[in-house]
Amino acid sequence: MRAACLLVALCAGSAVAQIRPIPASELRSGSSFGSPELRAMQGDDFANPGMLWVERGQKLWQTPAGAAARACASCHSDAAAAMKGVATRYPVFDVTTKRFVDLEGRINACRTTQERAPALAPESEDLLALSAFVAYQSRGAPLAVTAGADAKASLEQGREFYNARHGQMDLSCSDCHDRYWGRHLLAETISQGHPTAYPAYRLEWQTLGSLARRIRACLFGIRAQMLAPDDPKLKALEFYLAWRANGLPLEAPGVRR
Amino acid sequence: MVTSRVQIPGEVRRGDAVEVKISVRHPMETGFRVDDTGKRIPRNTIRQFSCRYNGTPVFSASLGSGIAANPYLRFFITAAESGELKFEWIDDAGERGDAVAPLRVVG
Amino acid sequence: MTRFEHSRRFSALRRRLLAAGGALLACRTLPAQAEATLPSIPELDAYLAGRTPQFGRLSLVLPPLADDGNAVAMRISMAGPFAEGADVSSVALFSEKNPVPKMAEFGFPVPPPKVEIESRVRLAGSQRVTAVAVLVDGTVHAATADVVVLLAACLDGS
Repeated sequence: MRAACLLVALCAGSAVAQIRPIPASELRSGSSFGSPELRAMQGDDFANPGMLWVERGQKLWQTPAGAAARACASCHSDAAAAMKGVATRYPVFDVTTKRFVDLEGRINACRTTQERAPALAPESEDLLALSAFVAYQSRGAPLAVTAGADAKASLEQGREFYNARHGQMDLSCSDCHDRYWGRHLLAETISQGHPTAYPAYRLEWQTLGSLARRIRACLFGIRAQMLAPDDPKLKALEFYLAWRANGLPLEAPGVRR
Repeated sequence: MVTSRVQIPGEVRRGDAVEVKISVRHPMETGFRVDDTGKRIPRNTIRQFSCRYNGTPVFSASLGSGIAANPYLRFFITAAESGELKFEWIDDAGERGDAVAPLRVVG
Repeated sequence: MTRFEHSRRFSALRRRLLAAGGALLACRTLPAQAEATLPSIPELDAYLAGRTPQFGRLSLVLPPLADDGNAVAMRISMAGPFAEGADVSSVALFSEKNPVPKMAEFGFPVPPPKVEIESRVRLAGSQRVTAVAVLVDGTVHAATADVVVLLAACLDGS
């Protein structure tokens, strides 16, 4: 494990490294680190509270919005067809703004440019509903994010943040999720830290929340400097987490403790 | 738009035990949480819930902070005539919600 | 008990329970205890109104270990047959630790074909949950379930 970390550190300075901290064959979904009750709740489409947002998203998909009075359906028509596989490619690198854009960011870009409607606030009911609905269309499909040479600097920023120690607890994401996954932290089993279940219904939140919120929750937990929801570093970290989990099937909306 | 989801079988036989499931988007705010400024968030839970089958009450629930957010209920009713199930609820803020599901009974 | 001590104790308990495996499963499928101790809750006593409940027929199932107190799966059931005039009229749920002890009351204006109710409850810490069913003929049945509620390892604040 120490050798692997060293290798990752060495690769950080070069072009996009092929080696991931957890080899593909050892990748495990967060569901496997939770209880049977959580798995049952996620696996049952009716018991899964996240489906309430998917249902709302389905209605919003058909609802015209903004000065252009367009609905998502106006351009994309049937979501099941048009959005199939889309969430597996997010976050994507935006060459104009030179930053990674997650699914929520892409939905807002559509809202502001195509519908000419105001952007939806982070963690708002409607943004989560659309994000859950779109991600749901890729359920079961393997995560497959890519980044070209122009994304290199941002990717490295994400990787560096992941491997750097943060906060009063002086912990890096890598400490828990690369090195100590499977071990116990009080009564919890540490997961590998994959993003495939997000947006997820977290019992602790009593509501659905985005990956950005989950990362911010972790930062709070280790008493680190908080990142704003739209911080490019946060989006770069989201990309790094996705890249690290490439191959794992999407589970959104997931259920987590 | 308050989201709720209802699941009942597509078609049942007269006399069958029909499984009814409903989930409602509602925070079921306990009244014991505080916001970032330390101020109490007022209680707002679904208080009264009822299910009527072709107008006849068949199930009721008095709920409160002891029921989890985004409440989920599963119960059984007996299939009689074809018709509809109507669900209604009211919360502490006085907001009413409802959902309707058709029930097809054969035999 | 501090949060840390509480979690450590139940982390060890969880591992012991998991190790118990089969024995635990056997315990979970047993019907409610023949004679369970009802917790001392004024609201429960008021609901019973002096009536002595019977044990064994009403079943209350919650997971012995709950990941989070915010949403714990709960199932109430009662096996038939129900004699004429002795159907279930209502079932109430009580908590011994929650700030509001009476958690819910389910009513059956019409006798249901099957007495089985599922929902998710909020539990303010590890405790014994009590269900009380009142039949149309006035008889009372009760069941209890003990739940260990685990605490999150990290503070959230998001």
